Amino acid sequence: MQSIYLTIVLAPLLASIVAGLFGRVIGRAAAHSVTILGVAVSCALSAYVLYKLVAEGMTPFNGTVYTWMLADGVHIQVGFLIDRLSAMMMAVVTFVSLMVHIYTIGYMHDDDGYQRFFSYISLFTFSMLMLVMSNNFMQLFFGWEGVGMISYLLIGFWYTRPSAIFASLKAFVINRVGDFGFVLGIAAVLRYTGSLDYAAVFAHADQIAASQVHIAGTVVWPAITFTCICLFIGAMGKSAQVPLHIWLPDSMEGPTPISALIHAATMVTAGIFMVARMSPLFELSETALSMVLIVGATTAFFMGLLGIVANDIKRVIAYSTLSQLGYMTVALGASAYGAGIFHLMTHAFFKALLFLAAGSVIMAMHHEQDMRKMGGLRKYMPYTYWTCLVGCLALIGFPGTSGFFSKDLLIDAVAASHRAGSGYAYFCVLGGVFITALYTFRMFFMTFHGKERMDHHTQEHLHESPWVVTVPLVLLAIPSAVIGWLTVKPMLFGDFFEGSIQVAASHNVLEHIGEEFHGSGAFALSALTSVPLLFAALGVFTAWLFFLKAPSLADSAQRSFKWLYTILVDKYGFDWFNEHVIMPAARMLGGGLWRFGDQMLIDDGLVNGSARTVGWLGSIMRYAQSGYLYHYAFAMILGLASLLMWLIWRT
Amino acid sequence: MITLTHVLALSGILFAIGVAGVFLNRKNIIVLLMCIELMLLAVNFNLVAFSRFLGNIDGQVFVFFILTVAAAEAAIGLAILVVLFRERSSIDVEDLDSLQG
Amino acid sequence: MFPTILFFIFAAVLVCAALGVILSRNPVYAALLLVLCFFNAAVIWVMLDAEFLGIVLVLVYVGAVMVLFLFVVMMLDINVEQLRKEFVGYWPLTLAVAGFVVFAMINVIVVRHLGGMSLRSAAALPAGYSNTRTLGAALFTRYAYPAQVAALILLVASIAAIVLTLRQRKGAKPQNIAKQVAVRAKDRVRIVKMAGEKRP
Repeated sequence: MQSIYLTIVLAPLLASIVAGLFGRVIGRAAAHSVTILGVAVSCALSAYVLYKLVAEGMTPFNGTVYTWMLADGVHIQVGFLIDRLSAMMMAVVTFVSLMVHIYTIGYMHDDDGYQRFFSYISLFTFSMLMLVMSNNFMQLFFGWEGVGMISYLLIGFWYTRPSAIFASLKAFVINRVGDFGFVLGIAAVLRYTGSLDYAAVFAHADQIAASQVHIAGTVVWPAITFTCICLFIGAMGKSAQVPLHIWLPDSMEGPTPISALIHAATMVTAGIFMVARMSPLFELSETALSMVLIVGATTAFFMGLLGIVANDIKRVIAYSTLSQLGYMTVALGASAYGAGIFHLMTHAFFKALLFLAAGSVIMAMHHEQDMRKMGGLRKYMPYTYWTCLVGCLALIGFPGTSGFFSKDLLIDAVAASHRAGSGYAYFCVLGGVFITALYTFRMFFMTFHGKERMDHHTQEHLHESPWVVTVPLVLLAIPSAVIGWLTVKPMLFGDFFEGSIQVAASHNVLEHIGEEFHGSGAFALSALTSVPLLFAALGVFTAWLFFLKAPSLADSAQRSFKWLYTILVDKYGFDWFNEHVIMPAARMLGGGLWRFGDQMLIDDGLVNGSARTVGWLGSIMRYAQSGYLYHYAFAMILGLASLLMWLIWRT
Repeated sequence: MITLTHVLALSGILFAIGVAGVFLNRKNIIVLLMCIELMLLAVNFNLVAFSRFLGNIDGQVFVFFILTVAAAEAAIGLAILVVLFRERSSIDVEDLDSLQG
Repeated sequence: MFPTILFFIFAAVLVCAALGVILSRNPVYAALLLVLCFFNAAVIWVMLDAEFLGIVLVLVYVGAVMVLFLFVVMMLDINVEQLRKEFVGYWPLTLAVAGFVVFAMINVIVVRHLGGMSLRSAAALPAGYSNTRTLGAALFTRYAYPAQVAALILLVASIAAIVLTLRQRKGAKPQNIAKQVAVRAKDRVRIVKMAGEKRP
């Protein structure tokens, strides 16, 4: 069994190395073949592992593969913890990665960096697998940083474009800010429990709960709150919660396949996964969970609003991702970890599907991404149209789709929670349903329906994408439609996450609402009379009215609410704040330190200054070197006299 | 009775005279060399006195060697002086300042 | 008693001669006064039962080294007039430093008696004590190697002195006897056959 786990992790790594180092030698076809083979092997084996864990009831595996070092009593090692949570994540990650790999054959067909791209996405798969399969904080952090770096490399894939470079650096630096908090959290864990191993840390979680941390002066916090908040700051960076969300829309500078893989399905969910994994710790701190709840709710609602005014098709989906990540965070904050992970899984499928469909549209439109120049693509691209429709329905929570189960149950869980901030969260997620439906179908109608607004030349060349593009779309549409129906009962209300996720009895909202859950079909029927469905329907209707039936209404609304429109287009001023306050401040600090610390103190003071001092001393001591013998002899005599003086009067 | 004190005081005075001579003679290198000989004589005095009063012949052996070396050094010093005079036609010590930094 | 007075006389002459060496204007006077110094020193050494060294001082130092000094002084055609030195500026400093050296030494030797050592009187010498024999015994047994080294030093000094001052005079044509002897007739004489000429 252990060799299977190693193969799952190492197959993509090997494929990445081969494609990366020898890509030019082996050619494009060989590069994509070897990487797809690697990821396919991982996918098959992950499915096998998941099957064994679920169907055959295999005991979870927690073992060390390689001890890297033993430092001061702390074991830093490479190890795997394969329980149902990580097996599910592995299956999702490898499946979506495989779809993206196949899709890339079509999308990056004309690109020069073909082999490099495949190498990067395989390497990404390796890092993400290391992250989810790890059994200790250090390996988690390794995977964390690894995916961050690959994200940087991929966002800036077209490195000759200044906007791409800016976006990649932005993503990396914002991630770094989150990582700073994350490292503090890991350090706190190490300090209070003396170990980095999950099992040891969770066993000693009460030790952290009993300790306190001095923040500053007389301010004292419980250590568990401090630790959890620091860990969550890392999740905020990686999973793009407010205010560390600003990198995600800009990350759309990268090619569409990676937007699907990294910024929808896998990397951004690493934060959610981490919080769920750390549920034994988070359950001990009400304050941290409230913070999680409020941050997630804010992201869910306010980021959704930005999707209504975006004109780039990828950006709409990006804001949608931000909003849905907020939903997952809200679930975590309400102690409904299972619901959050379930939404993660379903979201991975339908969001990847939406991105890949958008990519298909972009390919057909000759890399035009502005929705105002699209329209009426339905008749040219049937496969893309129908799969995209499935994705959109899943996103808005149409009854029966996977998104419906995850979203609605999530909203119910938040409603059932009594945590501080849960009322605000409930308002946000519910309002978010309307907003989600609005922007989703705005995008859908503007792209596939209505008047054709593209120029004549592009219209001539519109055609459906090749099978390497449409097959992944279909393969992703299937789980988007059915996986919710099939897996909701065991995952949320069964013992799927037994042992992986711990919830304190008083917080267990899922158990509470599970009492009223009577099966997927019954739930789907009951939803027809629920509030979320009403909001969703309202959203779809508004989108139809404003963007399909009477587009002039949209224009007049924009004119009337100009102030609101400006705020939304400016993305609430976060980017302005960063570019005009934080960045100049950082540059000033750097420049000041350079001028004062480096140039003045070190260069002129220490280095040149010491040389100057020696020269100055020399110019003074030069007078002692007169060249006259009798002066030298006199100096000797003076020395002798001083020595005599000292010797005589010593006593 | 001649005591050690007398001889040592004498040698001290001789040494001091030699030192003063080195410093005073700016115009004449030959006198400079002679003052060096005076200082060596003072040292020899010391050694002989100690040898006598402490009953150890080693002091006199040392004087023997000092005489040898002093002779050699005087010879070479004078050779250098001769060459110097050939070049400069002057034995003025104040002219020898090429070591000035 | 008598030896003490003798000692003081010779010591006084010694010191005065030394002062004369450093203060005299004429280098020849300075050299001769230094010779006087050495003679007085030799006498005092003999009084201290170091006869061998006293004689050696006269023979080697006066006989060789001072003669060498005088040779050089005479050889260098020194303009005595130029040597009217002005000591004026340097006197105070010189007096201060030299005076201090003397004062320090007197302090240690006379006042503090070198920790009591100076007050001892000389041990009586055994009967039949020969300074030369004792010195020779020490020199050729315990100090045999240093003696060889001293000899080497002298060798090196003589070679060095020659090397420093030797010069070839330009334009001189010294005889090279070996070349002269090795010359052959045909290098000097060339026989040419000529027809006789009639005198008109």
